[in-house]
Amino acid sequence: MSAIGRKAGFFLLLAIFVLVSLFPFYWIVITSLKSNAVLARGTTSLLPSQITFSNYADDLTKQDFVRPLLNSAIVCLTATLLTVIIASMAGYALARTRIKGRPLILGFILIAGFFPILALVGPLFIAYRHLHLLDTYPALILSFLIYTLPLATWLLSSYFSQIPRELEEAAIVDGTTRMQALRKVIIPVALPGVFTAAILSFILAWNDFTFSLSFMTTPSMYTAPLAIVDLGQSQYQTFYNLIDAAVVIISIPIALLVIFAQRRIVTGLTAGSFR
Amino acid sequence: MSAHAAPAVPPGRHARAGRGRPSLLVQDRRLGYLLVAPVLIVLIAVTGYPLIYNLWNSFHHVDYLAPPIGGFAGLSNYAELFTGHSFLPALLHTVGFTVVSVALETGIGLALALALNKPFRGRGIVRAAIFIPWAVPTVVSAELWRTMFDPQSGFVNYILTELHLPLASTTWLDGTWTAWTALLIADAWRNTPFMAIVLLAGLQIIPDDIYQAAKIDGANAWQTFRRLTLPLLKPALMVALIFRTLSSFLIFDVVYIMTSGGPGTSTQVLSYIDYQAFLFDLDFGYGGAIAIALVAMALLIAAVYVRTFRIEEPA
Repeated sequence: MSAIGRKAGFFLLLAIFVLVSLFPFYWIVITSLKSNAVLARGTTSLLPSQITFSNYADDLTKQDFVRPLLNSAIVCLTATLLTVIIASMAGYALARTRIKGRPLILGFILIAGFFPILALVGPLFIAYRHLHLLDTYPALILSFLIYTLPLATWLLSSYFSQIPRELEEAAIVDGTTRMQALRKVIIPVALPGVFTAAILSFILAWNDFTFSLSFMTTPSMYTAPLAIVDLGQSQYQTFYNLIDAAVVIISIPIALLVIFAQRRIVTGLTAGSFR
Repeated sequence: MSAHAAPAVPPGRHARAGRGRPSLLVQDRRLGYLLVAPVLIVLIAVTGYPLIYNLWNSFHHVDYLAPPIGGFAGLSNYAELFTGHSFLPALLHTVGFTVVSVALETGIGLALALALNKPFRGRGIVRAAIFIPWAVPTVVSAELWRTMFDPQSGFVNYILTELHLPLASTTWLDGTWTAWTALLIADAWRNTPFMAIVLLAGLQIIPDDIYQAAKIDGANAWQTFRRLTLPLLKPALMVALIFRTLSSFLIFDVVYIMTSGGPGTSTQVLSYIDYQAFLFDLDFGYGGAIAIALVAMALLIAAVYVRTFRIEEPA
């Protein structure tokens, strides 16, 4: 009897956790489906009434939310690609070559990952202004690497060190050069790790708000998270229906990534931690 | 370089260095440095350079709204940290928020990790559901909780009214303590999953037979948790605590979006006043002093944790 009670309590606890995690999403979805008139009436029910998709249409046409989405996609995908290339090279070097100062390099990369982002903003702002990079993609792409490179390098270095050394040695004995062995043998085997690093890098880059806020000054160059904050604000009222439609839109790619690659993300996120 | 490096070669593993051709070890090292160079160059450019620039600025007059620029300022920017009106209150806010949020997130995260460590049907789906809040951008969590706490279109006041609970007509973001509550909930909602995931990974590497042995010895659930699980969870706990403490200490996005430091200045945190010094006041000297203080305190936090847990460097 008490075993059943404990089991029920356990599932009740889990249900509460799941509810707390997901209910706010439900709330922004139904808010995003409210017309201005329904929104003005305030909350009267937990269920949606008179659903309208006009806020989504509005965001994507009148509110010019497409351009920020495009900006975000370009910047985040480029940063992800660069991260994967640079971190794979470094990860391989740290795992497989006998460079000196390996703990020092890994330590520096780790500390860089913890660096206070706001402390970087001032000097980078001045530097980008001198280089005429304010309001450009390169400024954001370069800045985003501080989010992505430390985790990706640690992850890939631990991934490369798990690949059996014999695999590479056999290829070299067979007469291929080291670079060929790297390209034809090691990289294909490391592909799942590279893929994990790419997903995590994209999530971290997509999350940015601070750098866009600091380095993008014209609305046409805003990234999606920054554009949301200006959306739906009038002098007298906040149009949560417009805001939440945009919030739903930028959550979709991330939700899809989590649903389809949950195991990969979780192992990637924790792999670097205990090695 | 090659002559000094040569003795380090393990005997028999490498061909001797020829006359004109560098040894395999030297070639190997060259390749290594070449491959590791880009990550170091990028990270030094975006962290090392700003750090030094901040340090220089913090000892000079670099206030673009009050030229001339560049004169030596001595310690006046640092003195302003203690004599000005923004830094000390922000420090207090930040430390208080960090302590409360990390304690809350660790407690709930640990409970969640222990629950998810038991095998049950549909565990993968439950894990994904709980994990989504961490993966969505901070802007999502901030705007989402701004909606939830809105007195008119929100959920919180609606449910408090329906259940006849107090605070049902609160304008959450307009009061100091209620604004902090909203910030805390938004932060905990997004970050507790991270805590849980890292602790869960720590739990999963604890071998099962240890628990079997404890059971045979007649240990009860609390004793097992206290004497076995917790000590073995220490490495994971340290990783999670360092990550969470630092990111909580450096909180910015949620505050900027939900309260803009308000009402008044009552939810201003350190990152927020640094942003203001840099990009509103264009005072890069004072901003630099705050930045240096932030870096120093972040290092201190990391050092305290590493000392407390006494974990060896990861290999």
